[in-house]
Amino acid sequence: MDKSEKIALFLGVIMLSLFFFAVLISSKVLGQDVPECITPDQIFTEGEVVEIEPGSLYQIKYLSKMWAFEPMEVEIPAGSDVDIYLASADVVHGFYLRGTNINMMAVPGALNKKSMHFSEPGVYPIYCHEYCGTGHQFMKGKIIVTP
Amino acid sequence: MNAVKIDKHTKVILLIELIFPIVLLILGIYNGLIQTLYRSGVIKDSSFLGIEYYQGLTLHGVINAIVLTTFFAVAFGNVIMVFHLKKQLNKFTNTLSVILMVVGVLMAALAMLSGKASVLYTFYAPLMAHPTFYLGLALAVVGSWVAFFGWIPLYLSWRKENPDKKTPLAVWGNLANFTIWFFASISVAVEILFFLLPWSLGWIDGINVELTRTLFWLFGHPLVYFWLLPAYIMYYTILPGEAGGKLYSDKAGRIVFALFIILSIPIGTHHQFMEPAIEQGYKLFHSFLTYGVAIPSLLTAFTIAASLEYAARQRGSKGILSWMANLPWFSEKKFLFAYGIVGLLIFIRGGASGLVNASYSLNATVHNTGWIPGHFHLTVGGPVFLAILGMTIYIYAKVAGKEIKFPSLNVMVPYMWFVGLMIFSTGLKIGGLEFGEPRRTNMGMSYLDNGGANFEALWLFTTLTTVMGGIIMTISAVMYFIVFFGTVFSPKVNEGVIELPVTEAYHDEKDLGIFKNYTPWVITALVIIAVSYYGPITNAIENNVKASPTYLPGSPTPHQVNMNNTETIDLEEE
Repeated sequence: MDKSEKIALFLGVIMLSLFFFAVLISSKVLGQDVPECITPDQIFTEGEVVEIEPGSLYQIKYLSKMWAFEPMEVEIPAGSDVDIYLASADVVHGFYLRGTNINMMAVPGALNKKSMHFSEPGVYPIYCHEYCGTGHQFMKGKIIVTP
Repeated sequence: MNAVKIDKHTKVILLIELIFPIVLLILGIYNGLIQTLYRSGVIKDSSFLGIEYYQGLTLHGVINAIVLTTFFAVAFGNVIMVFHLKKQLNKFTNTLSVILMVVGVLMAALAMLSGKASVLYTFYAPLMAHPTFYLGLALAVVGSWVAFFGWIPLYLSWRKENPDKKTPLAVWGNLANFTIWFFASISVAVEILFFLLPWSLGWIDGINVELTRTLFWLFGHPLVYFWLLPAYIMYYTILPGEAGGKLYSDKAGRIVFALFIILSIPIGTHHQFMEPAIEQGYKLFHSFLTYGVAIPSLLTAFTIAASLEYAARQRGSKGILSWMANLPWFSEKKFLFAYGIVGLLIFIRGGASGLVNASYSLNATVHNTGWIPGHFHLTVGGPVFLAILGMTIYIYAKVAGKEIKFPSLNVMVPYMWFVGLMIFSTGLKIGGLEFGEPRRTNMGMSYLDNGGANFEALWLFTTLTTVMGGIIMTISAVMYFIVFFGTVFSPKVNEGVIELPVTEAYHDEKDLGIFKNYTPWVITALVIIAVSYYGPITNAIENNVKASPTYLPGSPTPHQVNMNNTETIDLEEE
């Protein structure tokens, strides 16, 4: 290897290190992490919204099934912190809250979780983005954040 | 180096390995184009001309990404071994391999065409396909192993006869590639033989879905390097010579292929960042290792660029950048240069978007959106695809003893593909990243059905962009089919030979024995795989509370496979 080759390799490694450093900051310092790993004893078989502290803290348990999310429509006030739990009743589904970093897979037999603070009022559509059978393209839901 | 004469037997096998996948590719390309029409709402139906959307998507993925790539890797590998080692192939393994691959692919094709395997090429358990789909794909993989097993004794005997020579770089790369392929496909073999197949036959009642997914991606990511490395072999051992230059560093090539052996397998969990059950720490570790596997590609970018600059300087170029013009961009005779360089240019975008996907939590912004197919069409659908097309027509013409028909059309294929692909992938990437378009979704039936209740006007522009790109890509593919089949149906003019262009090395470093022997690299790889996969696999086993029954894509009710015959019975109807 000659000098220019070593320089190129060095610059490449520096670039990758900077990228990885940025990833570490965003996930571990700024809190934009991948979904949490939960060890479930059992998984819920019905979707529901649990109000823990009215107006500020909610749990939404989403049950995804061919081809709908349960609950389909959820209303919460702006400024709420929401823990989103995701399970599947049948096959693998996707869960993507458009315009946010809430992007999860629903795998039967396992439980997924992500949390989000909703500060902006608006309608957040949810799409199933994983192929789940012939009705996949109709599988959607929404979270309405009221002012 | 001189061309090698071939016997009739080898010739027939090579011709099958080259022509069979290109014939199927017609179906693969057609279904690709139709995908863009469904996704943009030009087609608002569940099926078009007898092929259902998800069935067509399965055909597109399996044919283009599994059949074409695997057949080419085996054919190219056969040619490399014969040409560089000057040895004849083992007739038995060669025949057995092609039979297994053709029969396997036909079985899978039958399952897909009859609509009983619309589960996409990543298998999608607990959605279930007909057993012939799993069995057929397994046979095709085993067929490619058999070809590899036939090469090992050839290499060992060559080593013995040439103790002082360096292993030819193409041979080093080819055997590295199949070493990766063999070790990676063990996990998918386990997935098929111990989980999917007995489950689809009704011998076991349920499977751990997360475990099958983890096993799949343990195979599924190295799979992309199995697609990519034949293209890398072309870039290192053919492209600089075609440009009229030399390979800048021979050692860089050897290091790159060796790094792929140790780093391409233990990183598959980066496909599962958004999945439950696997701990964050393991995902972060896989992200870190994925960054590591970017290093050989960065090194390749430098080495090939330096090789091409050297070639241009040999022709008298002086400027800092103007040398780029002094390369055989449109040479009909050196058309492999065009297929290679255009692929490499595409790969700049493909590699960069790949780093985004691999970046742990950043993946949340793009996972399963249109961005992902936007990315991999710039890798497997760019450099890999063009290398396969270029090398296939080159090898075919030599083996069959033909002159390539329509050479001016031939050299335009990669440029046309480039234009189409740039437009197509931009539509998918912006649609995914900016507007959250889901991938693998028949959007024409719902979100792009204007006037329908689910219509999303937001996605109209980007999906129509992909249609435009898709049409140009299809025109490029049709141009290639005209050249390829025009050549196939033309009369034979020469004696059939096995011949590859050769490239000398500019820095031809001394060989340090470690680039002759695969054992140390394989042992290192196995250790890293064990370390990186112990966690995800135990997680997948421990964090699962349900054995999933089987589902068919059309019904939310589990299906039970009857033990006594192959008919399925629906529990609800009883």
